[in-house]
Amino acid sequence: MSAQPLVEIRDVNFSYDSRPILKGINMTFHRGKVIAVMGGSGCGKTTLFRLIGGAIKPTRGEIKIDGQTIHDLDQKGLYAMRRKMGVLFQFGALFTDMSVYDNVAFQMREHTDLPEEMIHDLVMMKLHAVGLRGTHALMPAELSGGMARRVALARTVALDPMLILYDEPFAGLDPISLTVVGNSIRRLNNALGATSVVVTHDVQESLKIVDYIYFIADGVIVAEGTPAEIHASDKPFVHQFVHGEMDGPVPFHYPGGDYKRDLGVSA
Amino acid sequence: MPLARSVKNIGHRVINAVWRIGYAARFFALILLSSGLSFRRFQLTLKEIFFTGVMSLIIILVAGLFVGVVLGLQGYETLKSYGAASALGTLVALGLVRELGPVLAALLFASRAGSAMTAEIGLMKATEQLAAMEMMAVSPIARVVAPRFWAGVISMPILAAMFSAMGVFGGYIVGVLFIGVDEGSFWSQMQASVDFQHDVLNGVLKSFVFGVAVTVISLFEGYDAPPTAEGVSGATTRTVVQSSVVILLLDVILTAFMFRGI
Repeated sequence: MSAQPLVEIRDVNFSYDSRPILKGINMTFHRGKVIAVMGGSGCGKTTLFRLIGGAIKPTRGEIKIDGQTIHDLDQKGLYAMRRKMGVLFQFGALFTDMSVYDNVAFQMREHTDLPEEMIHDLVMMKLHAVGLRGTHALMPAELSGGMARRVALARTVALDPMLILYDEPFAGLDPISLTVVGNSIRRLNNALGATSVVVTHDVQESLKIVDYIYFIADGVIVAEGTPAEIHASDKPFVHQFVHGEMDGPVPFHYPGGDYKRDLGVSA
Repeated sequence: MPLARSVKNIGHRVINAVWRIGYAARFFALILLSSGLSFRRFQLTLKEIFFTGVMSLIIILVAGLFVGVVLGLQGYETLKSYGAASALGTLVALGLVRELGPVLAALLFASRAGSAMTAEIGLMKATEQLAAMEMMAVSPIARVVAPRFWAGVISMPILAAMFSAMGVFGGYIVGVLFIGVDEGSFWSQMQASVDFQHDVLNGVLKSFVFGVAVTVISLFEGYDAPPTAEGVSGATTRTVVQSSVVILLLDVILTAFMFRGI
């Protein structure tokens, strides 16, 4: 394993229809680590995620993955890079016309010439790792939200990726599923020797499992550090976010006109 | 200035429509370029043929039978007044093979299979399944769209042929069995006047063209649908409406070329 970081994001800017979403982002993801990218809704987390996946190109700056600039790759190079990445989408994005088994086997069948017996063993091992070997014959519609997320996790790591991206893996889960998914992310990362990036706004759950945290607000990194540093941080934004306070640097009220005037009670 | 605004509005809509046609053409070209997988792994296409073709069979056969029965009844009434009731077989067969088979089967295909394709692809997009596939380094156009396209193109002529066959059978039931037209002249006149190349093959060619048009519209609308509930429902409606208009328009053009020799 080389000391070179797996992902380097240098001075990345991204604008959508001349509306800036990300402004001068710098991040380094070291190999073997689990990194969280946090921020309120609409802060540009998902955009960052799409940039790392090569789905969109940055307006300025560069993103290097394993030494290659992702947005300079052609379609073939991008696909070759994506085979080494796994992406867990917010609600799993399981293929609804395939069984759980076929979902996990999908990439193995598409990208390898493995015999069906070997695929069977691999699928069972992946499903076993997320505790859902017994569901292999079910269709995604028959799974609960938490189970679907875990099956999607098994599918994400089907080809043992070196980089795993998680888009809001904790959204809408009950406390038990939350712990199970959180632990699975950490365990799989260690077992595969991969690097994981978790885009989330679930502070408590991610502080338990990650090595490093970036906070994004309004398209810039406002704070970063290890979980201990974040806990101890006295920055107003981090404090408000970690403790879930209603008002603070992120205001409760959307900017509007004078309240009394809107109610028509004063001039 | 309301006038300036409405002119601007019209212009905007026209530009939008032209842009969409261009986008759809690019989409069509992309499907053709990504079709290798649909034939290398033909079971992918075969599965879609089952969903689009085989599952449309019942409605196609029932509708074909009814149309044939109506043709038999109406045709007999008209032909009888000219003393040409024995030509009923010719009328039924030519009407079906040249026009009603391809056109009505395509209209039914658009509402049965086309709308389902649009809704399915639209929902796959809305639930990020297509994005997930893209991130797994599998092209959704090659893996999801192209097999459906070829399934539609292969199914359509066969469905139209079955529609026509069922229609001829319907005409036979009502004309020969119920009304009592002479069975021998019903079949022999049909055989004598329906030309394989001029009538049957042209009918098949029509249904092939309709098949291409309907599937491209259905897949494009699904792929281009905004990823929301209203987006998918709007796209499904547009599929049926656009397909129907395009089928009838193409029929005018094709008929003019095939049967009047313009």
